[in-house]
Amino acid sequence: MHALVFIKQVPDASQVRINYETGTLIREGVPAILNPYEVHAVEEAVKIKQKFGGKVTILTMGPLQAADALKECLSRGADKGYLLSDRIFAGSDTLATSYALYEGAKKIIELEGEIDFFFAGKQAIDGDTAQTGPGIATRFNIPLVTYLTKLDEVNLEEKYVVATRLTEFGQETLKVPIPVFFTVEESLNILSHSPLPWLVKAAQSKIEILSGENVDLDKNQCGLRNSPTIVKKAFTPEKKQRGATLTGTFDEVVDQAAEKVAPFLNNIL
Amino acid sequence: MSNLKYDVIVVGAGPAGLAAATVLAKAGVKVVVVERGQFAGSKNVMGGVFYSDCMKGIIDDFPGKAPVERHIIDQRVWLLDKDSFVGFNHKNELFNKKPYNCHTVFRAKFDSWFAKQAADAGALIITRTLAKEAIIENNKIVGIKTGRPDGDIKADCVIIADGVNSLLAKSLGFRKEIKRESVALAVKEVIGLDEKIINERFNVKSGEGVTIEVTGNFFNGEAMAFIYTNKKSISLGVGMVVEDLVKNKINPNDLMESFKAHPSVVPLIDGGETKEYLAHLIPEGGYKDMPKLVGNGVMIAGDAAMMVDAIHREGSNLAVTSGKLAAETYLEAAKTGDFSEKSLSLYEKKKLKESFVIKDLKKYKGVPSLLQHNKRLLQQYPKLINNAAYEILNVNGISKNDKEKLLWKNMKSQIGVSNLIKDLFKLWRNVG
Repeated sequence: MHALVFIKQVPDASQVRINYETGTLIREGVPAILNPYEVHAVEEAVKIKQKFGGKVTILTMGPLQAADALKECLSRGADKGYLLSDRIFAGSDTLATSYALYEGAKKIIELEGEIDFFFAGKQAIDGDTAQTGPGIATRFNIPLVTYLTKLDEVNLEEKYVVATRLTEFGQETLKVPIPVFFTVEESLNILSHSPLPWLVKAAQSKIEILSGENVDLDKNQCGLRNSPTIVKKAFTPEKKQRGATLTGTFDEVVDQAAEKVAPFLNNIL
Repeated sequence: MSNLKYDVIVVGAGPAGLAAATVLAKAGVKVVVVERGQFAGSKNVMGGVFYSDCMKGIIDDFPGKAPVERHIIDQRVWLLDKDSFVGFNHKNELFNKKPYNCHTVFRAKFDSWFAKQAADAGALIITRTLAKEAIIENNKIVGIKTGRPDGDIKADCVIIADGVNSLLAKSLGFRKEIKRESVALAVKEVIGLDEKIINERFNVKSGEGVTIEVTGNFFNGEAMAFIYTNKKSISLGVGMVVEDLVKNKINPNDLMESFKAHPSVVPLIDGGETKEYLAHLIPEGGYKDMPKLVGNGVMIAGDAAMMVDAIHREGSNLAVTSGKLAAETYLEAAKTGDFSEKSLSLYEKKKLKESFVIKDLKKYKGVPSLLQHNKRLLQQYPKLINNAAYEILNVNGISKNDKEKLLWKNMKSQIGVSNLIKDLFKLWRNVG
């Protein structure tokens, strides 16, 4: 069994502020963390490994400091971390990122062997687009199960899984052939406490860096120049005011309400 | 069962622990640092001034590429009253000469950098792991238990540097629960401002910095505050001994808000945007509250050992120095392989004793209780001084002689001559 988990290092959203003038995220001094959904993706991949044997590989794209996020994955039981890092990728949107990660994953297949399970978080907490995972799956042209909440059955011999996913209307349980791509919800599993030797091993491990040169790239699909997404504005939605509570007898309340509503009606009627 | 065995375990990736780990790793010792936070520095807070001298023998050419903010060339003190302050400052071009005396730093960045130096030197840094208690065999500490499965680590020697709340020092019985009058709770706000605006407001060039230490009757003589300049932000802080917070039922956030609203502070931070809000305990008990520092197979350094010189806002440099000295003690002891209390007592009896750490802590050992029990010093005097400055500078037709008489009368009625003599004498004895 070989699982590949795509992860992203993101600013800790609980500490991120928005610069209201420029509409951009303030990231200065904000610690970077492993995207919380992907922590659960790694957990699930490691669970499969513990049951069936095999290995878990991690891939991310980002600056060199993203190696810290990869090391955290290793401390959670993954076997090897790859960091796709090159200036050519700077400013990539989800289209360009999914392309780069797709090419990176192909390189990993070349180095580490065929992959049965692809995992990613359902979305990253800094962008919330939920597009990159599906983008990679589409490029591989393999089954995609988004919003995974339960992996009911894994059958490596007959090469299928039974998986439950969240939809807008409820849960959906699917039987899907392997290889398969999952994007996962936090409710998928409860995180376990890694044994100390795993952390020691992770701290001693080396992260493999892949540059643009190491990967077979079409440069016309990389980076800011080839990213059609434009962020026009980012803002926090205005808080809705709570309704006022009127008190008194029924008649008094009706009077008060009528007086409050009247100005608006006057404007419309 | 895991068989994790190292020469030395350092508990806590703060300045004390990382200094010890770096010195040990550079000497080829197999050392592991166990840190509770997400990364080194993630849980660490200080006002922000880091003195360079202590890094000698640990990091060559400090600061080098270390993430420092501004080097301090102008240090000010304010005695703050309701609408005024009387201050003095020292600005010196000598502080513009390398190596710089001190810099403002952000601990989250600084400590991660320091951890990287330790790791590059060969120390193993394990984060997100709590050192819960010591493993004791035959009356000797032989390792620690962490909160993780398979979480025991063995070592010849443990250096405890897990900060002000030191779980390990407590679990070993080396120190009692912290007394409320021995710790201050400090809150800090980082206010973002344009670099140019900071330069103009504080009258410095880019890279140069200012510190302002604030006390006085504005805080009823019970709090200390500071204003430090960073590259593109200003750090404001207020701290108060926990006992006083409890007694006065004051919330530290309210102290911060009143400080920020003071007419002397407003123009410095005007237009800024709050970027971070932090809080931390500061051990201020000083020499008298220091725990037992050495045991069989163990040494304690930094805040865990209460090594803070509150009078001079020094703490991180005492931490680094004590961590370094603990590491040097280990290296001495390793020559004979004897890590007993007797052998390691070199740390306390000689190394620390001969360093500025113990000398300074000892010199000011009476100050915490002097200030705690003689509130007059920071309540009435600053007020008198502010009034005196105002009276003398305000020209209103009263002769200078009459003004001086009035000021002396005020002093006599508010404090009294015998109290003045007592206070001066006590101050001289404790600080002079």
